[in-house]
Amino acid sequence: MENLVQTAMQNINFAALMPSIVLACVAMVMLLVNAFSKRGATAHVAGMSLVGLLATGLVAVRGWNNAQAGFAGHVVLDNFAIFFTIVFLVSAALTILMSDNYLKREGYPVGEYYPLILFSTVGAMLMASGTDLMTIFLGLEVLSVSLYVLAGFFRNQRQSNEAGLKYFLLGAFSTGFLLYGMALIYGVAGTTNLVDIGAFFQAFPAALGNPVAVAGMLLMGTGFLFKIAIAPFHMWTPDVYQGSPTPITAFMSAGPKAAAFSAFMRIFLVSLIGMQGTWTSLLWVLAVLTMIFGNFIALNQTNPKRMLAYSSIAHAGYALVGLVAANEIGVSGVLYYMLAYAFMNIGAFAVLILIGKQGEENLTLQGVAGFGYKRPLLAVLLSICLFSLMGIPPSAGFSGKFYIFAGALNAGYVWLAILGVLNSAVSLYYYLRVMVFMYFKNPEEDFSWIQLKPGATICIVLSVIAVLYMGLLPSGIMSLARQAILG
Amino acid sequence: MSEHLLSLMTFFPLLGMFIVLMLPKDNGGLLKGATLVFTLITFVISLPLALDPVFKTSGGMHYTEFAEWISVTNYFQMNYSVGIDGISLWLVMLTTFIMPIAVLSTWQAVTKNVKGYMALMLLLETAMLGAFIALDLFLFYIFWELMLIPMYFMIGIWGGANRIYAAVKFFIYTAVGSLLMLVAIIFIYYTAVNSGMDISGFSITDFYNLSIDPELQKWLFLAFAFSFAIKVPMFPVHTWLPDAHTEAPTAGSVILAAVMLKMGTYGYVRFAMPLFPEATQSFLPYMTALAVIGIVYGALVAMMQKDVKKLVAYSSVSHLGFVMLGIFALNTIGVSGAVLQMVNHGISTGALFLIVGFIYERRHTRLISEFGGLSKQMPVFAVIFMIVTLSSIGLPATNGFVGEFMILLGAYQSELRWFAVVSTSGVILAAVYMLWMFQRVMFGKLDNPKNQVLKDLNLRELCVIMPLLVFVFWIGVYPNTFLEKMTPAIDQMIEQVSGKQPIPMPSAVPAAVPEHVEAPAVHHGHGH
Repeated sequence: MENLVQTAMQNINFAALMPSIVLACVAMVMLLVNAFSKRGATAHVAGMSLVGLLATGLVAVRGWNNAQAGFAGHVVLDNFAIFFTIVFLVSAALTILMSDNYLKREGYPVGEYYPLILFSTVGAMLMASGTDLMTIFLGLEVLSVSLYVLAGFFRNQRQSNEAGLKYFLLGAFSTGFLLYGMALIYGVAGTTNLVDIGAFFQAFPAALGNPVAVAGMLLMGTGFLFKIAIAPFHMWTPDVYQGSPTPITAFMSAGPKAAAFSAFMRIFLVSLIGMQGTWTSLLWVLAVLTMIFGNFIALNQTNPKRMLAYSSIAHAGYALVGLVAANEIGVSGVLYYMLAYAFMNIGAFAVLILIGKQGEENLTLQGVAGFGYKRPLLAVLLSICLFSLMGIPPSAGFSGKFYIFAGALNAGYVWLAILGVLNSAVSLYYYLRVMVFMYFKNPEEDFSWIQLKPGATICIVLSVIAVLYMGLLPSGIMSLARQAILG
Repeated sequence: MSEHLLSLMTFFPLLGMFIVLMLPKDNGGLLKGATLVFTLITFVISLPLALDPVFKTSGGMHYTEFAEWISVTNYFQMNYSVGIDGISLWLVMLTTFIMPIAVLSTWQAVTKNVKGYMALMLLLETAMLGAFIALDLFLFYIFWELMLIPMYFMIGIWGGANRIYAAVKFFIYTAVGSLLMLVAIIFIYYTAVNSGMDISGFSITDFYNLSIDPELQKWLFLAFAFSFAIKVPMFPVHTWLPDAHTEAPTAGSVILAAVMLKMGTYGYVRFAMPLFPEATQSFLPYMTALAVIGIVYGALVAMMQKDVKKLVAYSSVSHLGFVMLGIFALNTIGVSGAVLQMVNHGISTGALFLIVGFIYERRHTRLISEFGGLSKQMPVFAVIFMIVTLSSIGLPATNGFVGEFMILLGAYQSELRWFAVVSTSGVILAAVYMLWMFQRVMFGKLDNPKNQVLKDLNLRELCVIMPLLVFVFWIGVYPNTFLEKMTPAIDQMIEQVSGKQPIPMPSAVPAAVPEHVEAPAVHHGHGH
């Protein structure tokens, strides 16, 4: 009997889940702290959440190169999961840093905001370390439900309500697809374990052609592509991104998107690798569609935040290129790009949030006219983020795109790479336009309302430093991304 | 010291940029003075390169530096690998020489946000120098793209009325071309890796030895050639140039004309042609034809311009056409003429833009019809303008003559001699549009009252333009100083492209070209 418990305990192996456990505990403590705090006082919750994220990061990196599997093969803390965990933690930390002042400005200094971000991060981490369809689903739900709430967080604003509701309805719908797909795959393979599914298809290649398996693959793909906002499953993004509180928009386009990518990669590159021929050609088309759609809609935006939101669709398209390549460099390029994107996108959002006044939808391109002369330093920092989003060297965005397109070329997808860079060329126009207004137009306002609080400042400076570091000296992080996919 | 000379030269302006950024922003004089000092010091640092006799005898790379930069196991290696040969030597020297002049020319023209302007100038200098000395394709690409950013802001912030359109057009045109080049760069790398070659990073000297399938070469060549053609600019992708040149502030135009356009022609000499020799041969007629169209078209359009600056801009299209013609002649005299003409164009057209800047600062207009009879009011200016005009036309004893003559001679000796015949008309047309413009601006009646009060050039303006005039005559009378150092490198490049020994320079050379070039090119084969 004692022996049995021991085996079971070994099977459990808490080390594999430790980062998620730590963060979940921190989040719950935060909820309690918040309950006993004075209404409107949120700074300490934000601060403690940051400490929690840092602690989680420290716990996570200790497992580097020392993969831990646990809970009977339901979760694993390998390099892949750790790399993504870092991406989520970075996104969450940067988002929290820029949020505090923003929430006060918009009149919602509600402390639950931070635990919700932490819970969604826990969900994301579960998705990245899940090695079983069930765990991944569980993670996805934790992530999504927190995000539904966050999207509708400004409960007195109609747009925010609309965002929350829309995200919830469509999200629930896509979750249905995902779950149905999982059920079908389980029906064919008889297991929900990712590795076992892969082994099953290897042992019985005939099952790959089974229409039920193909339908399962397609339905699961749809579910994930919805979360990543890949065309034609991107329709929810404009309204949700616009209605949500801006820091949440920034967060959604970086962290949760990366989470969906991580689970998608694990399932499709491990379990469904046998169907690669089918899904590669599909993803090829979707990647091109997504890049074109995201870029061309972004071209038309007069609100820089909406522009960033739409362009995040295009960026997901670039990342998908790396998945189509499905070779070492392409896939590790995706990992690299996720981290790079978190920094450059959240950095850009953080500056735009500072520029906006209360009731942020007022922010138009005209509203940033002459910003470069009134607040030169902030404008330079924003420009660096924008150049990085364009993919101009030496920046993180350039290195990331370079690796992804190199992966595509190495795998022989020359046209995909060419379409990718041409799409980057389209994106130049709308990113440059922000700078046109910042620098080439005369100031109409004095931007005196901008107060540099430490949180936002740290967020912006940190992002820019990371963008430049990953652009000038990408070897270190790229090597880590490589180790992440090699196990 | 000498082993890190190139790095010191390239990154010194960057250091200067950071120092300028820390200076108080209200003190325009201090900012300009500091920038001038930084650019002058950069020039002094680069001087030993010009004086080094090693380039006379060896066409290989010198002053090379190598450091591992980006390295990811099994994926990539990119190196900081730099060096210069006789070709890049003169373009580097042109850059370091033009920059102080450009800074000095801004003294009165730039009054708003001086700090930003000066910082961008210094950043631009680093980027341009880096692009000329890079021996690693990836490194080259970084500097190549980096050049865009400062120039974009210079045009957009300090430019003329239509500056925003011009700046965005400039940026997007150039970036689109270079993105396709990036795809080609990665492709070559994998071709090299897959061929089992032992390569170190994106080293061009390694890639030179690569034998790429001729069909593939064509595509790769097209990607490179497109990117460089935009930068040159060649007909029909030249349309950004008139806008950018016209709208840019004087110093921006000078740098754009003197250095940045050379980046395109240099790209052909250093990358597109030697990397893809077979493709070069098969596209030779087309490239030459485009060059000739550019010569004639640029000249014809220049003739019709009402705005002096636009006229000079279109004349650049024509002159760069000559450079392309010489490069694709693929013989020593043609390519030497082309490289010399790159320097010449930098000096003459740079000077022309400065002159346009002088009169614009006085009258705030550039329309030819607004002027007339200026020679009576500004005699010193008239003499200088005349010299520069003649040098641009290519009068014997000026620099333009030597370059264009060598190019035409080289083109005539190549297999495409009829192109040379047609392009000769460009020389005549140049005389027409330049002299006609000169006549309308400088001669005739001084009847516009606004022109009757103009002051002649002041000391600062003379300091700006005089160094250029020195080289107008130096190259015009004794081009040997420059030619003797570039010939070995050019011979080596031609050998790489055509796979055979270059055709020796002929004996029928103009008197202005010194006798050494008559001797068969003796230095080829070094560095193998």
